[in-house]
Amino acid sequence: MNDTPQDSLPSPTAKRQLDPALDSGLEPLEARTDAVKKRRDMPANLWMQCDGCSKLLYKPRVEEKLNVCPECNYHFEISSAKRIQMILDPASFEERFTNLSPLDPLGFRALKAYKDRLVETQHRTGLKDACVVGTGKIERIPVVFGVSDSRFLRGSMGSVVGEKIFRGVELARDLKYPFIFVSGSGGGARMDEGILSLMQMAKTSAALADLDRHGGLFISVLTNPTMGGALASFAALGDVVIAEPKALIGFAGPNVIRETIKADIPAGFQTSEFLLEHGFLDRIVNREDLRSTIASFLRMFVFRPA
Amino acid sequence: MAQQNIRGGLDFEAPILELENKIEELRSFSQTTQVDLSDQIEKLLERCNEKKRAIFANLSPWQKVLTARHPRRPLSSDYLQLMMDDFVELFGDRSFRDDPSIVTGFGRLGGHKVCVVGHRKGKDTAEKLACYFGCSHPEGYRKALVKMQLADKFGIPIITLINTPGAYPGVGAEERGQAFIIAKNLMEMARLRVPIICTVIGEGGSGGALGIGVGNRNLMLEHSYYSVISPEGCSAILWKNTEFKERAAEILKLTAEDLLGFGIIDEIVPEPPGGAHREPVRAAQSLKEAILRHLRELEKLSGEDLVKARYQKLKRMGVYEEETAGLLSLAGSA
Ligand SMILES: [Zn+2]
Repeated sequence: MNDTPQDSLPSPTAKRQLDPALDSGLEPLEARTDAVKKRRDMPANLWMQCDGCSKLLYKPRVEEKLNVCPECNYHFEISSAKRIQMILDPASFEERFTNLSPLDPLGFRALKAYKDRLVETQHRTGLKDACVVGTGKIERIPVVFGVSDSRFLRGSMGSVVGEKIFRGVELARDLKYPFIFVSGSGGGARMDEGILSLMQMAKTSAALADLDRHGGLFISVLTNPTMGGALASFAALGDVVIAEPKALIGFAGPNVIRETIKADIPAGFQTSEFLLEHGFLDRIVNREDLRSTIASFLRMFVFRPA
Repeated sequence: MAQQNIRGGLDFEAPILELENKIEELRSFSQTTQVDLSDQIEKLLERCNEKKRAIFANLSPWQKVLTARHPRRPLSSDYLQLMMDDFVELFGDRSFRDDPSIVTGFGRLGGHKVCVVGHRKGKDTAEKLACYFGCSHPEGYRKALVKMQLADKFGIPIITLINTPGAYPGVGAEERGQAFIIAKNLMEMARLRVPIICTVIGEGGSGGALGIGVGNRNLMLEHSYYSVISPEGCSAILWKNTEFKERAAEILKLTAEDLLGFGIIDEIVPEPPGGAHREPVRAAQSLKEAILRHLRELEKLSGEDLVKARYQKLKRMGVYEEETAGLLSLAGSA
């Protein structure tokens, strides 16, 4: 239900969440065929069903509202390109580290080879990996900006994502720019790169520790979904941590928890609202207010070399 | 042998257990009858040692996982008892409660003051339940951090012993910010100004392991494993059931040799023939010797240098392709 619905897999929702903490971007087959069927039944791609309230929505109207459901305020996943367009000043973004591409260090192959899945996903999305980092401006204030793209293996973090975040944070430190990262990762740490993915958690966190020591500002924006190894590292470490409404945010996936405790989980569990109530978010911000809210933080928390 | 197996042996250990039983029988026979069987016993011991070496030198990744989870494998509490002098356990996270699944305290290791932080799986059923079988809650990671910061303040090196299937996935754990607390540990451990030596002694289960795993040196016991996900979890995702756990253990590349190859760990700590569970005392000696060797090296560095070294070490972790002006270079740790 993002901007390229014809050829993208269905967006992972709470119901379809597999393993949380990590995942390889595979959707259960049933979910995939269901969604395809659903789509086929909808006339001319003009209508879509809301993951939040299940109502049938007129697509042009949803797009006009920045891909937010006009009925229930559910925030649909959007591409990194759209995110950049929404938050940064027009034409101010310059992508960096575009020369980095993923490899297959484990020779990871199950039903399908990781190598092949990478190539397919790269073709489908036009991205080399699951995050985009660069410099830009927000209300004329220069920043280093990064965003993960959930269309690419569910926004999971492997070596390239870790390296780009690491370099982005170092760039912010050196330029004395604030660092802003919009996270959306149902995938967490990318299983296909094994232990190397896990280590990206420590690596990105170390970069942020260093930025912090230098007096830099990090604003972390959590979007649907931000799970597992992404949340348990860089995404949780903002000086300011904000989230879009109704996003799924947590460490372990709902299914894993259900299996472990052998009981149902409470309604609204692991949503933005749940996290706010338990004290882990500074604020929930509607998509249409993200840009202005981030800008107000940028004006409030100005770089003070330590 | 059947009995021995029930006592907690693994299938592939059967030939060793058989010989061990025979040796035991001969010993007790010779004791009760006063017949000298020392020659025979000696021969059997030799054969048994050969068997141990042959079997444990060729464990499959899944067999390594089983060894790491062996019911008789030494735990943090054993290593504390066998390696440390004057260890005093400190409890609590000063915030919510004491999580027994992580043990923290201070003592001396071969004359060096150290802070020890280790996962605790528990020995008996009651303790295992209290420890959630080594799966920590946020308060466990917070407890670890509070004690590590105490060590940092007084310049005391930190030793961590990693042995967890993973951080606990539960309602309370999420309510109390499991991900946020682990992330905080990763960030704070990166900037502690004392030597940190982390060793996987059994299971290195994903974020739950890494939560006390950011060090200047990372070691693994020979038959431990360290992985982004358990073989069962990986199998469930890829094949929709846990039956392919052996295959998953292979493709995940989770053994100590694999991690050494990826540049993630610095050293494999050898275990006694047949695994640490056969001779915990020797296993502890081996670990103590390795830790002390690294500690002596690290104690020469300033706080600033230790932080920098940890940063540079993490910076190198990862494998990717970097294109520079038409040239391809394979960067990273492999
Ligand atoms: Zn809706």
